[in-house]
Amino acid sequence: MGTRSLMKRGQTLIISLSVVLLFCVIISIGHGALYITPLNVIKIILEPLGSLVTAVPEQEAAILWGIRLPRVVLAVFVGATLGVSGAVLQGLFRNPLAEPGLIGISAGASLAAATFMVFGSRILNANNSVLGQFTLPFVAFLGAMSCATLIHRTSVIHGRTSITTMLLAGIAFNAIGFALLGILQYVADDQQLRSLTFWMMGSLSGSTWELLIFTVPMMLFTIIVAPFLAHSLNLLQLGESEASHLGINIELLKRLTVLIVALGVGAAVSVSGMIGFIGLIVPHIIRMSSTPNHKILIPASAILGSIILLGADLISRTVVMPAEMPVGIITTLMGAPFFVVLLLKQRFRLH
Amino acid sequence: MKTKVKNINQHAQCFNYICLVFFIILSTHNIAFSKTTEQPTSDQARIVSLGGGVTETLFALGLGKDIVAVDVSSIYPHQALKKPKVGYLRATSAEGIASMHPTHVIASEAIAPVSVKSQLKDAGIKLSLVPEVSNIQEAIDRIKIIGTLANRKKQAQLIIKQIQSALAKSVTQTKKPKVLFLFSHGGGKLMVGGLKTAANTMIDSAGGINAVNAYEGYRPLTAEAVVIAKPDIILLTERSLKAIQNEKALWKLPGLSLTPAGKKQRVIVMEDLKLLGFGPRTGTAILELHKEFSK
Repeated sequence: MGTRSLMKRGQTLIISLSVVLLFCVIISIGHGALYITPLNVIKIILEPLGSLVTAVPEQEAAILWGIRLPRVVLAVFVGATLGVSGAVLQGLFRNPLAEPGLIGISAGASLAAATFMVFGSRILNANNSVLGQFTLPFVAFLGAMSCATLIHRTSVIHGRTSITTMLLAGIAFNAIGFALLGILQYVADDQQLRSLTFWMMGSLSGSTWELLIFTVPMMLFTIIVAPFLAHSLNLLQLGESEASHLGINIELLKRLTVLIVALGVGAAVSVSGMIGFIGLIVPHIIRMSSTPNHKILIPASAILGSIILLGADLISRTVVMPAEMPVGIITTLMGAPFFVVLLLKQRFRLH
Repeated sequence: MKTKVKNINQHAQCFNYICLVFFIILSTHNIAFSKTTEQPTSDQARIVSLGGGVTETLFALGLGKDIVAVDVSSIYPHQALKKPKVGYLRATSAEGIASMHPTHVIASEAIAPVSVKSQLKDAGIKLSLVPEVSNIQEAIDRIKIIGTLANRKKQAQLIIKQIQSALAKSVTQTKKPKVLFLFSHGGGKLMVGGLKTAANTMIDSAGGINAVNAYEGYRPLTAEAVVIAKPDIILLTERSLKAIQNEKALWKLPGLSLTPAGKKQRVIVMEDLKLLGFGPRTGTAILELHKEFSK
């Protein structure tokens, strides 16, 4: 089959996924603990334009702007970042098990968040500190970045990044991180433990425009830069030396990949906590159902990541109304069986 | 080659199909579940109360009927259990709270994530924060604060007077019994309460002394430590008693039967939040403890 027809099918895939995403966004905006009719949604969104000033319940508008929209925006960006990061990391490591957690982001972020939850109140009062609502996200982000840096530094040998060492260092530092987390859980009191558990299960409920201003640019950076790595990642699949003979600056590729993943996922984790499954499995779904070509894989993973996270968040908001179920549980609970079905289908086709 | 192309095409179709199914499941799910919550009609107050102590105090102030939703840590009084739940105090969601159309949200300052505060403000919902308490003076202050917030100053003053008179009565205690506080975190394992615990404060206030003064916080129960502590009375919460099943099982725990309390079988069991919650029942709890201590 020619490359051109492959690209064309890829484009069809991306376009159809985008349409699904658009539908998901529209549904997400209207639905939730407080149902807002589609007509009212349109009215509220168009209100600042001043064209349609018909009576919409004031509280509905306030909830839509203050709570619902920031949340939907966050879900779109976090989902896309996780999907993209999974795709580029699996390409870089040439390993289907690679996911953002491997370069220490989850371990670093949760360790930092846990330290803050257990000891933070003794050091500074979260309600009165300068950072206010940003304190916990900021601490988690710092934790994610420092752990990723540590793992990357460990794997640089004579100025060159060794992928194998990075994989092993990732496993080692994750083990250290989660052991330390265990100690913190041991000394934490009931309430701290419960907060920590909830944080580790992930939630998008804390989203505000102020938080988005700081985190979205970082996630956007990842989403925009990643597709430019596609060509290099494609060649890298032939092997490191082959790719470098074909004119790819391997070292730059490695550092850039780690950088964008750490920045994007660090920002994502800092506001949403740990959301499992998406980074690992979204790229597989695309690869199995379409193509392993990174030029398609990367953008398609971004969109599918957004779709899945939006859908999961919608369920998390509505399934136990007016309370909420952590979204991390839902992504894994729904995603994993879906993935198994895909695996079984593929096996069936191979025989 | 042709068959391969066909295969891939089928595959792409299959993928689109799966997407569609996923999407349909999502949409039907939501159509089935999102009911428009009825809009409040009258000017009646609609309070969402977050935090066990806050809810208990609001009920004690006679505002139970105005409460439209609580969090899952609000487990007393039992009417609170029947109210809709908007999640856990430390993992709340602004939208869930907002969907109850509250006129006033009264929450413990431990509310999390912190951004919920600004989200509620953005949604135009009035939010009042009440401090967490860890001693009796703070408990009194909290009742006063909630009384002011909810416009029930008189009732709040009555509860505070009750606590103060209970305290005054207990001060007169001359014969101070040694009390051992046992607490279960679940799993049947018992912990002993040392200094700087809520139980320690309550024992002190009711005119007893904590049999364990060697450490702060909670430590696992050991036979030797219990015998050395020589408690006259064993104090435990209802939930802790349930964890070890019954009083009979209590005396079979290592070392307990060898203590003065074990020989006389003196044990006090009190509901968890009443004893440790520093809520509106603090006064009653102190009086009851005092009565048992003076026996």
